[in-house]
Amino acid sequence: MTPHPAPEAGPFLGKLSFDALPFHEPILIVTFAVVVLGAIGVVGAITKFRLWGYLWNDWFTTVDHKRIGIMYMILGLIMFLRGFADAIMMRLQQVWAFNGSEGYLNAHHYDQIFTAHGVIMIFFVAMPFITGLMNYIVPLQIGARDVSFPFLNNFSFWMTAAGAALTMISLFVGEYAQTGWLAYPPLSGIAYSPSVGVDYYIWGLQIAGVGTTLSGINLIVTILKLRAPGMGLMKMPVFTWTSLCSNILIVASFPILTATLTLLALDRYVGTNFFTNDFGGSPMMYVNLIWIWGHPEVYILILPLFGVFSEVTSTFSGKKLFGYTSMVYATVCITILSYLVWLHHFFTMGSGASVNSFFGITTMVISIPTGAKLFNWLFTMYRGRIRFELPMMWTIAFMLTFVVGGMTGVLLAVPPADFVLHNSLFLIAHFHNVIIGGVLFGLFAAINYWWPKAFGFKLDVFWGKISFWCWVVGFWLAFMPLYVLGLMGVTRRMRVFDDPSLQIWFAIAALGALVIAAGIGAMLVQFAVSIWKRKELIDESGDPWNGRTLEWATSSPPPDYNFAFTPVIHDLDAWYDMKKRNHDRPVAGFRDIHMPSNTGTGIILSGFCLVMGFALVWHIWWLAALSFAAAIFGAIWHTFNYKRDFHIPAATVIEVESARTRQLAAGA
Amino acid sequence: MPVLGALPLLAGCDLVVLDPAGDVARQQGDLIVISTVLMLLIIVPVMALTIFFAWRYRAANKEATYKPDWDHSTQLELVIWSAPLLIIICLGALTWVATHLLDPYRPLARTGPGQTIAADVQPLEVNVVALDWKWLFIYPEQGVATVNELAVPVNRPLRFRISSASVMNSFYVPALAGQIYAMPGMETKLHGVFDRTGTYQGFSANYSGAGFSNMRFKVKSLPAGEFDTWVAEAKASAGGDLDRMAYLKLEKPSEKEPVRRFAAVDPQLFDAVVNMCVEPGKMCMHDMMSIDTKGGAGIAGIGNVRAIAYDKYAARGSADMAKWSIRYVAALCSSPVMSNDRPDAKRVNPAPLKGEGLPYPNQAPARTALNAITPRPMS
Repeated sequence: MTPHPAPEAGPFLGKLSFDALPFHEPILIVTFAVVVLGAIGVVGAITKFRLWGYLWNDWFTTVDHKRIGIMYMILGLIMFLRGFADAIMMRLQQVWAFNGSEGYLNAHHYDQIFTAHGVIMIFFVAMPFITGLMNYIVPLQIGARDVSFPFLNNFSFWMTAAGAALTMISLFVGEYAQTGWLAYPPLSGIAYSPSVGVDYYIWGLQIAGVGTTLSGINLIVTILKLRAPGMGLMKMPVFTWTSLCSNILIVASFPILTATLTLLALDRYVGTNFFTNDFGGSPMMYVNLIWIWGHPEVYILILPLFGVFSEVTSTFSGKKLFGYTSMVYATVCITILSYLVWLHHFFTMGSGASVNSFFGITTMVISIPTGAKLFNWLFTMYRGRIRFELPMMWTIAFMLTFVVGGMTGVLLAVPPADFVLHNSLFLIAHFHNVIIGGVLFGLFAAINYWWPKAFGFKLDVFWGKISFWCWVVGFWLAFMPLYVLGLMGVTRRMRVFDDPSLQIWFAIAALGALVIAAGIGAMLVQFAVSIWKRKELIDESGDPWNGRTLEWATSSPPPDYNFAFTPVIHDLDAWYDMKKRNHDRPVAGFRDIHMPSNTGTGIILSGFCLVMGFALVWHIWWLAALSFAAAIFGAIWHTFNYKRDFHIPAATVIEVESARTRQLAAGA
Repeated sequence: MPVLGALPLLAGCDLVVLDPAGDVARQQGDLIVISTVLMLLIIVPVMALTIFFAWRYRAANKEATYKPDWDHSTQLELVIWSAPLLIIICLGALTWVATHLLDPYRPLARTGPGQTIAADVQPLEVNVVALDWKWLFIYPEQGVATVNELAVPVNRPLRFRISSASVMNSFYVPALAGQIYAMPGMETKLHGVFDRTGTYQGFSANYSGAGFSNMRFKVKSLPAGEFDTWVAEAKASAGGDLDRMAYLKLEKPSEKEPVRRFAAVDPQLFDAVVNMCVEPGKMCMHDMMSIDTKGGAGIAGIGNVRAIAYDKYAARGSADMAKWSIRYVAALCSSPVMSNDRPDAKRVNPAPLKGEGLPYPNQAPARTALNAITPRPMS
């Protein structure tokens, strides 16, 4: 296809012109129409029901970690639907483009789709999901009233959302990167990707990266400083432990990503030569740097879910977690080791045998603590009373799925085996096996487990089970064929195929993707049905699963202040311990509670950053400078805002707690 | 399980990675099988125990023992940590040995189990260049070159020197041996051998842009006699010579290139490609490096940069967008570039220049494009 002639950059709109709108892509026009109609519908509904004030005051400007957590989950869910739409389009293209057919996507479109799928699923689905989960649960588990820096939390969320928004804008204005999700140079350099796609990639990730890093700092400080009295590090719930490790990884690795993308941006914007072919640039350095961030990133994603599985297994087996100490040490081992393995993503770059063996073996070593974790879950189930509620079903599915993904992962860590499997569909199958089987299944376990805590009613079991079976069967159908195709020497990111014998496998995979789509649909129905039937599914106790950790000690949903009195911790499973000792819920002696005030600064600053990102993408220099200055001055201005806290009067606390007392009495 | 349902299908398909046509790939395939079996030793019991425990200790089964406060057992912990450790020790040892034996840079010691290579057998050298979006194969020994067709004699060790003209690709012939990246301005190496004749698939295994999907070529493993015939045919073909000008034309992005043969080839073309100085008047990397080791060209060097004149990038759409940033260092003196460098070539220490890892004992460093040429004295 012929490239579009590049327009001369004008002073006012930079490179932006009418040509940037993709009128030549019918698929995009239809998508755009649907999005616009949907947006009109939503905006109309909000206006009709006069919800703008409610949304602004109670949600957009909130500093409550619980509401921010829920907003993260909603962001993740919306982006998940976009990322999955990309996946379905790829599956369709690959099953279609045989026997000389070009399929229905040209290279320009298809290459954007697989890039966007990877970027969105990692940065704007998995990351918001785990951040939202940690945001909601961690303060409750450690008996805190909020995170350490509530405003920063709101700002972090909106920065992540701004990054996602910039990525979504690229769908309709200009184009997205056609480089693969890690944008290796020189392909992503200005010489080979002259258009705005890579710029959207860079600024989307840079803006979201600010949010991720700040949220990581926030949660580390929260966990280290705000634990209830008596909760030593070795009395922390496992989910909090894994969250701590995950956030340490975030803070230690995201700056590398920021630096790497900054260097790439300098190459593209000011003509430096860090990663170019000529002038002493080294693309190999980029590949190393990006994976020094990229490998810890996969542990950032999976570690919190390991925590979820620990909580779920222990709760639904009605039993203390087996080997808490070794679980903690295993988590810490994984955290440290995750920095020593990055080179296994490019054994094929030609390092010497000793270097390759070193990184191969360190990679295998990670499987030892991971294996220990699996055994610990296994022996938690041993001699338990296992209730097969939805969270436990997801956990069993995880254990059976994840070991296969772990095995193929160790296989890929053997360098000579990697030489034949690298970049193949076997690799694709492997990491989907661990990310879907580990991260997503864990998230679904977590959503089913903590939903009653967040909303006060359980999720519908019938639709939950349909979703579960569709997901599990769909996953195996969609990805086992990719393992086979990998062994047949089929490489990733292919748009057309010439060997007709491959088609059947792509057909099975496409079928699997459809079954997964049904699973997603069933999950959305599950949410809707549960909200519809919330009266029947109501949980008055605040502790529907006979839980063990502190979040189950408070009401569902928890009051704004979480705990009227900060609990004192004596044992590992604090709430289980309290129940065992027949603790009395305090009903008198309440005092004013000091709380942070809502602020609109977070969303406004992030709005400026979004404008700045868009301006940088299109070389609209005056707007970039203006919005950058606005963001900086806005941040400074906010430091002079002294109305940042208030007290919930004791009278209100008494009112809320008395209502709770009546509720508990009625339930009992 | 859907996996089991798919088994009959498996019988009918060509799992080339597990059943290749060359000794190196076969050992790599075997390694996959051995490692998998080794790991199944622990995976299968874990999966079985998961199902068994889940069933045995279901809440409905009131007969099973229930110990809600049992959470520690030193013996079990020892087993839990040491069982995976043992497997990893075995696998780690296997990895160390196999990685060194199957290092793509290591010259082959055998063409098959028990078939060692005689000391006087020279491997066939093929220089591979990944272009946008096709493959160029140069046969320095035979003096011919081809596009999108690789023909080699069966049972003769092959030595590939691999580079790329524009972006990163990966040179992969699954039937022959594992893949290795093809990177611009760099040279990677791969050794392999076919032990079966036949026609196999080769392709790029690293996404490189719009034409990536069609970057495929046929690999013909021929009996020795037929290979000679093939070379003779190539020499007699009407494809013309592959000199620098022809190469620059060929290098421009194109897709689905038909097989093409060149009757003759500039013997220094590949070295010029690796050193990124095929274009006339562009300084070669090895020159740049040797000038830099001697302290650089100083202030005079600053002015020695030219704006790009040759539109290699145009077809990627970059001509207008990026012309301000795409520049090159002009050659200082010699023209044509590197004309007389080769005859008195003296080795320089290549250690800082290439990522080959440790040298093999008792072996002189292999000749590469980066060490073949004597640093030119500054005039």
